[in-house]
Amino acid sequence: MALFIEQLVNGLTVGAVYSLVALGYTMVYGVMRMINFAHGDFFMIGSYLGFTLVSSALLGGAIPLWAALIVVVVLSMAGVALLGVIVERAAYRPLRRSSRLTAVVSAIGVSIFLQNAVMLIWGPRYRAYPPWSVPSITWQVGGIYINFMQVLILAVSFGLMVALYLFVQRTTVGAAIRATAIDHDTARLMGIDVDQIIRLIFLIGPALGAAAGVLLGLYYRQIHFTVGWTYGLKAFTAAIMGGIGNIPGAMVGGLLLGILEMLGAGYISSAWKDVFVFLILILLLMFRPTGLLGERIAEKV
Amino acid sequence: MAGRVERANSASRLGTPLPLVGSYLSKWGLPVIIGIGIIFPHVAGNYWIDVAVFWGIYVLLGLSLNIIVGEVGLFNMGHSAFFAIGAYTTAILSERFGVSLWLLLPLSGLAAGVAGYILAKPIIHLRGDYLLIVTIGLNEIIRITLLNNPLGLTGGPNGIIMLDQFRIFGHAIERPMDFYYLVWAFVAITVFVLIRIQRSRIGRCWNYVREDEIAAQAMGIDTRWAKLIAFTLGAAIAGATGTVFAAKLVVISPESFTFMESVILFCIVILGGMGSIPGVILGSAGMMVLPELLRNFAQFRMLFFGLALVLMMIFRPQGLWPSRRWTTILREGEGE
Repeated sequence: MALFIEQLVNGLTVGAVYSLVALGYTMVYGVMRMINFAHGDFFMIGSYLGFTLVSSALLGGAIPLWAALIVVVVLSMAGVALLGVIVERAAYRPLRRSSRLTAVVSAIGVSIFLQNAVMLIWGPRYRAYPPWSVPSITWQVGGIYINFMQVLILAVSFGLMVALYLFVQRTTVGAAIRATAIDHDTARLMGIDVDQIIRLIFLIGPALGAAAGVLLGLYYRQIHFTVGWTYGLKAFTAAIMGGIGNIPGAMVGGLLLGILEMLGAGYISSAWKDVFVFLILILLLMFRPTGLLGERIAEKV
Repeated sequence: MAGRVERANSASRLGTPLPLVGSYLSKWGLPVIIGIGIIFPHVAGNYWIDVAVFWGIYVLLGLSLNIIVGEVGLFNMGHSAFFAIGAYTTAILSERFGVSLWLLLPLSGLAAGVAGYILAKPIIHLRGDYLLIVTIGLNEIIRITLLNNPLGLTGGPNGIIMLDQFRIFGHAIERPMDFYYLVWAFVAITVFVLIRIQRSRIGRCWNYVREDEIAAQAMGIDTRWAKLIAFTLGAAIAGATGTVFAAKLVVISPESFTFMESVILFCIVILGGMGSIPGVILGSAGMMVLPELLRNFAQFRMLFFGLALVLMMIFRPQGLWPSRRWTTILREGEGE
């Protein structure tokens, strides 16, 4: 039982990170019907920016740790959000009218470009967050151990997800996003600047991905320029599991994927955990071809 | 290369420069290209012959995926799984039982084809992006299975060393030049067969399903069956190519069959032009030979390569050598 709960907590932690990344996939898909294969690389660049900021003098003790962590996360999010907008403008907007597969290949091109750019800037080897970047506190709750990073990841990602949900659901801009997701032309007739909305999506999605990147970097410490594909693939799987284009679906899908993965690692074997995850995905899609919560971004929300 | 009817149409209907090149090719191009192809290994160094060998292997793989993605429009981004099944079938049977590679060529194709049929059957009804993630999932499942060395068959991360080679009258094909002729002979045969299939009843069915599945169904085409045939045939050709790959590479290990490999194959088909056989040949040149040509830029080459993919898609979204039938999709705009 202790193993079960422990793996559940581990799964929730990783799952929360998947959810944050999956939101980027799902929002872009919802609004543009396009799989942004470069999204995992936004996540990866986020963790590299975080690494540079953490390693810089910023955390030398001039400001308290909690403030420094906030600064690191916010700066990384801002940097990657800017990158996301640039990528959208340069590589995706010219393709808005062409076939979907064309956009997929363009996104793959962007992904290769970003990965190699990171490799040239930060070097091809693994980089590690310094051990002093977060306090190594562990609490024991009813026989299981929970550490500071797990609490931080859960708190930050749930905070961000609730904020996003409220933003999309309760604000005028959020309504505009939902309208754009349903139909570009009608949205335009209603006076919505569709280009602006898409730019906003490419601001929010990569920013969330970057936050996930920093959190995961702090959690596992080791980062590499290829992790974007590994985690991107998982997050994309999560988005599909929940029903792509559906914002709560991505959140649920991410958490579910994280939990399945950790239970698979705990009870089957860690070498086979990904096989287990993909088998569940295939079975799920065989019986519910549009994911757990269905596809549409708007009505279901 | 392409037939007379197809060429005439593509030249007149598209009016873009490349199909025009195509119609010039008809008279002089093909003999000249074949001539250059035959002379090439006698003037080029071994390094470039090897590049051409791998180009040929990727042409075969691209052609096999083109059946699935290009002709029928099924999003398959896990194609290297079938390639892996073929290569591992070859390596295991050759090393354990000493089966001749000539026999393994059809056997590997059969194994991959059967696997393709069984794996595709329950998922073939999935729509676009869902099929995409499921095929990626299958690719990962097979790669991880190979990595975990089930029953001690696959040799885990180190893979299998396969020493046998193709033999013609006792002469082993192992020099780069011999391999070059072998691979491109396979390419020629495959291209010939695929052109016949493209113009056959099933070939037209496939394109119909791609353009409008509901209309195809209404005309009495069993779309599910058409899709399954395409998937099985594509998997089988990829599997047979696995035999050639195993003979060339000697060491067969899971790292040759990653998700990235499937992505490259996918890009070959789109880059060349969906459903276009000459497109696949050009597309694989773009994906395989271009990075070699960029070698002078050393560590910047993949950076340029990514950039080139984006620019290609922006300025020539229909592919390097689009198929005539592809143009209808482009006119619709978003291709929903």
